[in-house]
Parts: sequence; C-alpha cells; structure tokens
Amino acid sequence: MKIAVCIKQVPETTDVKINPETNTLIREGVASITNPFDEYAVEEALLLKEKHGGEVHVVSMGPPQAIEVLKNALAVGADKVYLVSDKAFAGADTLATAYTLAKMIQTIGGVDLVICGKQAIDGDTAQVGPGVATRLGIPQLTYVSKVREINLEKKRMVVERLLENGREVVESSLPVLMTVVKDINEPRLPSLLGIKKAAKAQIPTLTSKDIGADENRIGLKGSPTWVKRVFSPEARSGGGEVLKGELTEVVPFLVNKLMDTKFIK
Amino acid sequence: MARLLIDKDACTGCESCIPTCPFGALSMKEGIAVVDEKCTFCGACVDVCPVNAISLEKEEKAVTIDISAYKNVWIFIEHEFGKVSNVSFELLGEGRKLAEAVGCKLCGMLFGDTEVIDKFAREAVAYGAEKVYVMESPLLKEYRTDSYAKAAVDLIRKYKPEIVLFGATTQGRDFAGTVATTIECGLTADCTGLDIDPETKYLKQTRPAFGGNIMATILDYPNYRPQMSTVRPKVFAMPPREDSRKGEIIRETLQMTEEQVRTKILEFIKGAETVNLADAEIIVSGGRGVGGPENFKVIRELAGVLGAAVGASRAAVDSGWIPYEHQVGQTGRTVRPKIYIACGISGSIQHQAGMKTSDIIVAVNKDPEAPIFKIATYGIVGDLFTVVPMLKDEFSKRLGR
Repeated sequence: MKIAVCIKQVPETTDVKINPETNTLIREGVASITNPFDEYAVEEALLLKEKHGGEVHVVSMGPPQAIEVLKNALAVGADKVYLVSDKAFAGADTLATAYTLAKMIQTIGGVDLVICGKQAIDGDTAQVGPGVATRLGIPQLTYVSKVREINLEKKRMVVERLLENGREVVESSLPVLMTVVKDINEPRLPSLLGIKKAAKAQIPTLTSKDIGADENRIGLKGSPTWVKRVFSPEARSGGGEVLKGELTEVVPFLVNKLMDTKFIK
Repeated sequence: MARLLIDKDACTGCESCIPTCPFGALSMKEGIAVVDEKCTFCGACVDVCPVNAISLEKEEKAVTIDISAYKNVWIFIEHEFGKVSNVSFELLGEGRKLAEAVGCKLCGMLFGDTEVIDKFAREAVAYGAEKVYVMESPLLKEYRTDSYAKAAVDLIRKYKPEIVLFGATTQGRDFAGTVATTIECGLTADCTGLDIDPETKYLKQTRPAFGGNIMATILDYPNYRPQMSTVRPKVFAMPPREDSRKGEIIRETLQMTEEQVRTKILEFIKGAETVNLADAEIIVSGGRGVGGPENFKVIRELAGVLGAAVGASRAAVDSGWIPYEHQVGQTGRTVRPKIYIACGISGSIQHQAGMKTSDIIVAVNKDPEAPIFKIATYGIVGDLFTVVPMLKDEFSKRLGR
C-alpha cells in the first residue's frame, strides 16, 4: 500500500500576542514543530504500513526550514520525504495550498491512501485535507479516530469518524484521503538510528515546475482570500476575581452569582 | 507574482517592522530589514514603517467574472437526527443583517429526503429565509460528503449566490471545503464575526487564529464568488421564530445515483454520555487535579445537577482517566458555553484556546498561581474535592434536585 502523508511546520506555541501600544505581533524566539495532528497522521501511516506492507511518503509545503519536520518524519520511519518549496507558493490560502499538495501527491503517483491531520494549530482551518481530496478526485473521511479495516483487494476501507454526538462508522472506496484526530494512536519517538539517518539525509525539494503546477492556481495568484488585518482579541471583561473568605461563604456567593445569570435551568 | 519591497536607502534599521510580521519573515541584516520566503504579503509591516520604506507590489488581479450576476445571502440549513441544528438558525439571524446591508434577499439551502424537507423548509422561513432552495432525494437522507457537496455545487452554480454561510460543525467543515475547491472560490474557516464593507459591499470575515490569540479579518478578491465561510456555533444569537412568515420554496433534482456516492454509513455509535460539548450551555471540566478516573465522579455529579456536559483537559485525557471526546482545547474541541467550570485545571494556553470565549468561567484550583485564574470570571482557591461537592450540594438545594 502506498501512503502519502501531508505535514506542516507550525510555531511551537500559539501564544503569540499583540503589543497593545504598537498594535504589533510579539513573536520572540518561537521554535517550530510538526503540527501535533500531523504526528498522528504519520504514526497511522507507519502502523498501516506495518500491517499491510507498502511505503510511506511524507510531504510538506513550506519555506526551506520546513525540512526539519520532514527529518523528524524520516527519523520515525517514513520511507521517503519531499519538500515542496518555491517563492511562487508564497501567499497561498487553503485553496492554493490544497492544489499544490495535490499536485505533489500526483507527482509521487499511485497513492492508495492520503493522511492529513485534522487541522493545523496555527491556521485552525481544517480545509486543506478536504481540498486535497477534491483536487485529487478521491473521497474523503474527516475526523477519523480509528481505522477498522482495509481491504486492498476489494479497494475498500472502514473507519470510525468522531462527530459531535458519537462515532460514525463509514465505508469508503480506495484511494481515499482521511484526516485524523488525536485519539487514533500514540505517536512513537524516533530511534537513535533513525535520528542519525535523518540527519544525513538529503531532502529533495520540488518547485512549482517540478510538480507541474499551473501558475494561476498557486501562491497569491491562486488564492481567493486575503488577510486585511490582524489584531488582538478583545480582553475578557470583568474577569480575574478570586473569591476570598471561608468556603462556607464563598460557595453560596458563587452559586448566587451563577443562579442570577439565568443560564442554569 | 507579488513582492514585498524594502527600500534599502530609506530603511533606518529601527526594527519596528520585525515584530509585526505574523509569520516571522522579517529580520535584520547589516542594519537593514530583509524579508525571507515566509512572507505571505499580508501587508502588516507596511503601515508600521515610520519612514515608509516598505511597500507591497501586488499584481492586480483582473476581474474576470461578472460580480453583478451573484446575488443574495444563502445559509446552509444543517440537520441531524431529525432536527435542524441551532447554528443554522443563528446564521439566518446574522444573514438577515448581512442581506439588509448588501440590499439583497436571505435564502436557505436545504438537502434531505421527503420526510423532513417540507417541515425544515418551513422552519427556515420562520427564522427569516425569504426563499429556500431545496434538493430532495433519498441520497440526501443522511449527511455524506459526496451527495451533499454535489447538491451544493449544482445549486450554487445555477443560482449564483453572493455569500454562502455554513455552520462550522463537523458537517459544515467537512463539505464546505469540497464545495469551495470544486467551485474554486474562497472559504474562510470558523468565523466569529461577519460584516459588510459599507463601500464595496464585500463580506468581511473575522476569525481567530493561533488558538484564538490573534484575530484576522479576511476578504475575498472580487474575481472569486461566492464569498463563503463556515461560522462557529453559538457566536450569534437565535433570531425570533415567526411561523406566520411566508417564503418561496424552489425545488431542484439531484443528478446523482447511489453508485456515485463513494462512502456508505454502516452504523452510528452514540456517545456513552452526553458529550456534545459544542451544543452544551454549561460544561464542568476536570483536569490533572482530579487525580484518577474514579474521581471524575465528583465532576459528573456536579454536571448532573446542573444538566451540564463533562469536559476534560488534555492531562486528564492523556492519563486515560476519561475518553478523548471529552477533551477541550487545542488538540480537542473548541467550546463556547454560557458557563464553563474548570476543576483542577491549571489553564495552559492550549486549554484556554478551546474555552476562553465562554461567557462565564469559574475556576477551582489549589494553586493560586494557576493561569486559569487570570481568565476566570470567578475563582476559588481550594481543593476541588472539597469545593466541587459543596457547589453540588448548594446547587441541589437551590434547584430542588
């Protein structure tokens, strides 16, 4: 089975703030990591390979420094990794990003299963996975919390999707794209050998031309949306009250306050 | 291609642009600001430069479509288990304001089988839709990406709405991306604010990013229509329901066969307890301080009295004390209840990302330094095993249950 996994490099913390005086972003020495949901995607690909055989190909679109997350993927056991990087990709929104990743996956060719994380923790859109599936013309299974079975001969798979009220058991034809939630597995740590191997590895970088992208569908040019303004969220009003006194007074006081809201019925 | 230009002669090396970049693309080299490939041409740095040394060169996009052909605000009427989701009504309320600001009609878009369609279409009208575009087919009985996306794409292509809004639920977020990619239009995820620019009449979409630590306002270029967004539930108020309202129902046929739908729902396993955190008005959550799976009993008991859902922090879930579907936060669910009671949760930035827009936050924690107290409306410093049962007893007394 040939599996492709899409991963993204994101800032280690989303604790970015805006300086209220200058209205500018404060971003000091923030390290980069693999998007947490994508680690579950890589792990699931490795588990499926162990069970069904095949290859795990990991792709990331981003600036040259994104090779770091691809090295991590190599260290845990990915067979091949690819960086898709080109100045022409800059300014891409989810539509252009999904197009670019789909072109990359088509360049790999013959993929039975594409796995993405549910969403990235910086943009939080959850739109790229479905976008890639649509561009590839394959079905999608989002919010997957368990792979129940894969039948490569019949080209079918059955998964559980984690929805608001419970779990939906769905069968899909292959090839398919799935996005995974945290519950699906526990990502392994890289072995020492894996880290050494990854450190030495030459990571192939593919440009817009290498993946045969239409220049009108990538980067800023291929993006319908643009960011007009970034700003700080409104501070919570009237917060920060730590109730002082004996619990026998504080508890009824708080209950009064909450009953007054009429939210408790 | 766009370019960010920095005038080397004008740049004074003041560094004021460096921290403004949301993507960390600016740095100093030999006393002059330089930009690298992380730049997304958002323009945040341009206005900050005190000497106007930064400029953005964008290739003007030729408007190749006839914008005037796109009319009206459409709301996707989502339903599940025989009931329309509240977020659809909330969107009809907000959509009314947008339609008035644009000067157009408010319409619903509804898919389903014969059993539900007329009832739900009437409900959409009662909440403000002037027209409801309907696709009725046995293939649309249950939500599936393929059949729903096909229905939406066909209707949007035929009737050309100017704005289409979906609830940012698992359903809405699953297929809106498919629809936008097929049509090749913009889609802004999980919006918490919508507005119409008074001059251009374009849709301004505001959404949280970086776990809610920054907000971004996003627009669609005029050569892409419709403007589409998914909108977070419980952000907008429910509009009043008026059953006397009249509306037009427009019926279309789904051009699809069962064989063309590539997925099949085999079964639905309902959650063991009420975990619908997205819909819950009150949530009682437990964290590391709960200390073990059996101790969640005190959290559940308080939730039981309040009719609340039970949430948990990542620490509690990762320790295996409670299933993942209860997890609130960055790698769990984002919630927005009226009241959120955090018990034994320190309140990491990741947890806050999932709950800090709750109306009222109550924190119970032994550690007075816990970050949760900074965002709590009311905080009690104390042992949760003492405080939570006391809260339960007090509420029981008041509520008579």
